Formats: sequence, C-alpha cells, structure tokens
Amino acid sequence: MKISLAPLHYCWSKQDVMQFYEKVATTNIDTIYLGETVCSRRRELKLADYINIAKMLTAADKQVVLSTMALIEAQSELTELKRYIDNGEWLIEANDIGAVQLAHQANLPFVCGPTINNYNRASLDFLHKKGMMRFVMPYELSKAWLEKVITAKPAYEVEVFGFGHIPLAHSARCFTAKHLNLHKDNCQTICQQYPKGLLVQTQENQPLLRLNGIQTQSAACINLSANLHEMQQMGIDYWRLSARSIDDLTIADALANNLNQQTLSTSSVIPSIKQIQDCNGYWYGEAGMKQHQPHA
Amino acid sequence: MELLCPAGNLASMKAAFNAGADAVYLGLKNDTNARSFAGLNFNSAQLKQAKKLAQQQKRKLFLTLNTFPKPGEESRWFEAVDIAADLGLDALIVADVSLLEYASTRHPHLPLHLSVQASATNLAALSFYKQSFDIERAVLPRVLSIKQVKDLAKVSPVDLEVFAFGSLCIMAEGRCHLSSYVTGQSPNTGGSCSPAKHVRWQDDGNDKLTRLNDVLLERSSQEQQLGYPVVCKGRYISETNNTPEYLLESPTSLNTLSLLPELAKAGVCSLKIEGRQRSPAYVGQVASVWRQAIDTYQANPQAFVESQHWNEALAKVSEGQITTLGAYARQWQ
Repeated sequence: MKISLAPLHYCWSKQDVMQFYEKVATTNIDTIYLGETVCSRRRELKLADYINIAKMLTAADKQVVLSTMALIEAQSELTELKRYIDNGEWLIEANDIGAVQLAHQANLPFVCGPTINNYNRASLDFLHKKGMMRFVMPYELSKAWLEKVITAKPAYEVEVFGFGHIPLAHSARCFTAKHLNLHKDNCQTICQQYPKGLLVQTQENQPLLRLNGIQTQSAACINLSANLHEMQQMGIDYWRLSARSIDDLTIADALANNLNQQTLSTSSVIPSIKQIQDCNGYWYGEAGMKQHQPHA
Repeated sequence: MELLCPAGNLASMKAAFNAGADAVYLGLKNDTNARSFAGLNFNSAQLKQAKKLAQQQKRKLFLTLNTFPKPGEESRWFEAVDIAADLGLDALIVADVSLLEYASTRHPHLPLHLSVQASATNLAALSFYKQSFDIERAVLPRVLSIKQVKDLAKVSPVDLEVFAFGSLCIMAEGRCHLSSYVTGQSPNTGGSCSPAKHVRWQDDGNDKLTRLNDVLLERSSQEQQLGYPVVCKGRYISETNNTPEYLLESPTSLNTLSLLPELAKAGVCSLKIEGRQRSPAYVGQVASVWRQAIDTYQANPQAFVESQHWNEALAKVSEGQITTLGAYARQWQ
C-alpha cells in the first residue's frame, strides 16, 4: 500500500500552493493528485501552473495525477476539462462522468475519483472497460462494502480516503459567498479567506459541517490511520490523505515512511487532532460522523 | 411537453391522471428506489393494476430504479428491471451504470431515462450514457441555471426532463452524502434522504427542537411552518456569527411556473413534479395547476402570463409556504 495526497480542496493563494507542493517534493508520499476540483471561479492557479508543479513533482520521483472538477456545468468548464485530459503526460482523475467520457474518447486511462458513483462491482468493471485503472471508493461506503467488491481481485487498483475533512456534497450555490452576502458571479473568490473552510455548528455548538465554496465538507476529520494495517491486508493499493494545511504533510510523510519500512509500528497511528473531532463511521458502515471504537 | 407526476400509491396515481398528468413515475416496495418509506410504493399486483389503469387512460408509466445495487444483493434490482420489461412499462428511470448495462443488453426495447441521481450535468456526461446505453432521456440535476439548461438543450444527444416543482434538493443529486454523514443512510445506499426513523421532535419551553439522529437541525417557535427535516435546510451558527441562520438553504420549494415559456422554447420534453412521499391531494392540486399552465401556454405561447392564482395554490403546498427558482436563477447561486 502507498500513501497518496488528495488534490487541495481549499482555495489558497498561489504562493501558499507553491510552497505546499515544494514541501511535498521533499516527502516520501508516493502519489500526488493535483488540480482544481471544486470551483472554476478559483483562478489563483491556472492549468499551466499545475503543469509546472506536476513537472517539478515528477522530477522529484512522484507519481502525479491531474484531478478534475467534481461538478461540471458550463461549456467553458468542459473545454477546460478537455485541456486537462489532453495534457499529454499525466494520468487523469475523473471526478465527473463527463471526464470519463472524454478520457475514453481520447483513449486514455484514468482514475475514477470519489465523486463518481461506483456502488458495485459490475459498475466498476464496466468503467474498467472504458479505461479506469484505479478507483477511489465513494466516501460514504464501508469496509464491508469494499470486502464484497474486491473478493475476486479486480484488474484495477483500489484507493480509500483515509484522512481529512470529507467532501460531502457539491452545489450550484456558493455557500461561502452566500454567508457573506455576495453573489457567486461577483464572489471575489472570498473562499480564499477561509483556507480550511468555514465551520458550521448546530445551535448546541456541535461542529457539523465546513463550508468550502460550493463544496460542503464534514466538520469532523476522518482518520483511518488506525486501520492502515487491515487495509494493507485487504489489498487496498492507496491510502489517501487530504491536507488541511501544510502541516498535515508531516503526517502523510510519517505514514509513508512507516509503510516503506514494511512494518507498521503503532507510531503510524495519527493522534487525535486537538479541537477537531475525529470520525470513522463510514468505514464501519455507520453514520459518517460517528467515531467507532473498535475495542471499546 | 409532458407533465410527469409522482405516484406513491394508486390513489396518488388516480389523482394525477384526473388532474391531467401525461405520465406518472412510481417505485417498488423496496430499496430499489430512493423513496423507500413505509406505506408507500407498489407491490407487483399494484403495479399491474397501475399499468392497466394507465393503459385505459392512455397515459404513461415510468418505474423509478434510482438507487444503486448493493454488492451481493444485485438480484433485487435486476428483477425490478425484468418486471418493468415484462409489464411493458413506458420507461425505466435508472441511475446506476451496471443497471443501465443490464437493462440495455437484456431489454433493448425498454426505453431508459437517466435518473437525476446519475448527476449528469453536461454534454460529455450525457454523451457517455447515450453512447454506452442508448438512453432516450435524461433528468437534469437541479444545479443548472436556466441559461445552462438552454445551452445544453441545444446540443444534447438525448431528450431532457427537468424538475418543475416540489421539494428542492440543493446539492448535485446522487452525489450528496449529508444524509449518510448524519444518519448512516443516504438516497444512494439506504433508499431515502434523512430517513424518518432518525427524525425526532422535542418541546423545549416555547420552542420546538428538530433532531436528526440527535443532531439539532432546527430550534423554532411552535407556530413556525417547517418542512421535512434535512441537513441542508437546518438552521446553524457559523464560526463568524452566533446568530442562527439557514447557512445552506431555508425550508422552501422549487417552483418554475415563471420559466415555463423558456423551458418550452428550449425544447425540454418533460416537466417533473417532485413528491412521491406526498398525499394524493397534493399530487392532484399540483398537477391541476401545471396542467392549466401548460395548456394555457400551448394555446397561445406569446400571450402566456402566469396566474397569481396558480402560484398561490402552489405556495400553499410548498415547504414553509415559500417557493424559489433555485439554481435556475443565477441570483440564487
């Protein structure tokens, strides 16, 4: 099993993004997903910038995958998607079935990201015939689901979202702009002021969601680091970490180093994050927000 | 332009037909559809009865199979496809790739409509389903603006159906995990959004508390009109403001009466009314208003004006008695 890094879900300044990936290049993280997946109005970095980062990471021996948008509405977004797919060098992560179609038409292999609705083996096998060489398990599915699906070893790789705030939904509406009384068409990329998203709590102060532009995330942070060993046993190929800040690269690097040593020490378990609630419910087939205590 | 209405049972179906619906969509009594509620939907005998009734009245009948087959339990979904084919239903509404593959290879003459749960919002996605499974129609997710609907209609390889009225889903459908995050069940996996068994109302002095799996979605006055509790329509506090607000959306329903001429001109083939979980009275009232509106438009498109009376009638059966154009209006986004 290898560690992979999810595309950055938040809107950061170009300088912060560059700094982030320069640090990524110095880690032992194997596979790096890269690109704007949330909102086409975020233009801090353009495709050319991502290509430059991809070149830099490739030179640092990283496997690079260009991730594409989860929600594609306008023709202009489709045109941009086509440019990602025609990059000529790097694998694509399709996060919308439209990207599957374009990659298939271009006769290119692709990764199916977590927002492609793969809910059973026959669907996965169909998409494999179209060129899917890896899939990321949809966020809401479980260990029990995955065990059934990969009982007969598939001809494609399996990746699981192991760490980070879970992207739960995408909308036409920008919730960050709405909160600040701005229209989406004149949003001033206000989401950049919330580099970890904007926390939403219930009226009983229970953290519930994080608003990240048109994306709604979980307030709790999924943390399946205690499950690395069983995932390795199950034959899962990639364990994905979604960074909330540059500091999370230290976690990803430590996990990657542990996996490289072939022996998973207890130190590979990420300690609970102060002030942020952990969750792992989806993995155990429960409500995603729950924290299941396996040995309680 | 087809008026497509929901039917949670035979009574709703009759109400829809009496009010002038051209077609109804319905589901089986199991988790093969995303309105898997107790007391709702059709067993096979009722489905046969429904087919007979539709045939007599020369209306159409679509079977909704908009959930995703679970590993090891696929046969339930495949059987549902076979039932629709054997009964000669007018179409299957399907979201899952493996089901589309099954239906298109086993029953090539059974028309396939791509469910909104498949979340196809662009030309490339529609082309994927057309080329792979020869779908006839797609239901567009409620994330497109009216301009985007019109642009897509110009190039779409399949007929397009849109949501015209009913509860408003504000996320890209079929890819929303808010319900499963809080309850463990989602439309895709468990057969419904925000399952009723997790909903609880509590009195707290003068207030009413609405909880979903213990999570507080709303604290309201006893008199306040509330919609069905869902995570995206809860009232919360943000990290920057302690005043409770509807940070995602308030309880409101979609109403596109004012867009009827534009949808018709764009060539949208079907207007869908949401609400298989609602009463026969709701179905009848909503269908009746939309029948009048469509007929009025078609009799004289240039002179079409939406009647105040229609909008009032629709507002009465709307969540919180408020309606919106949702994502069709760029302002809403």
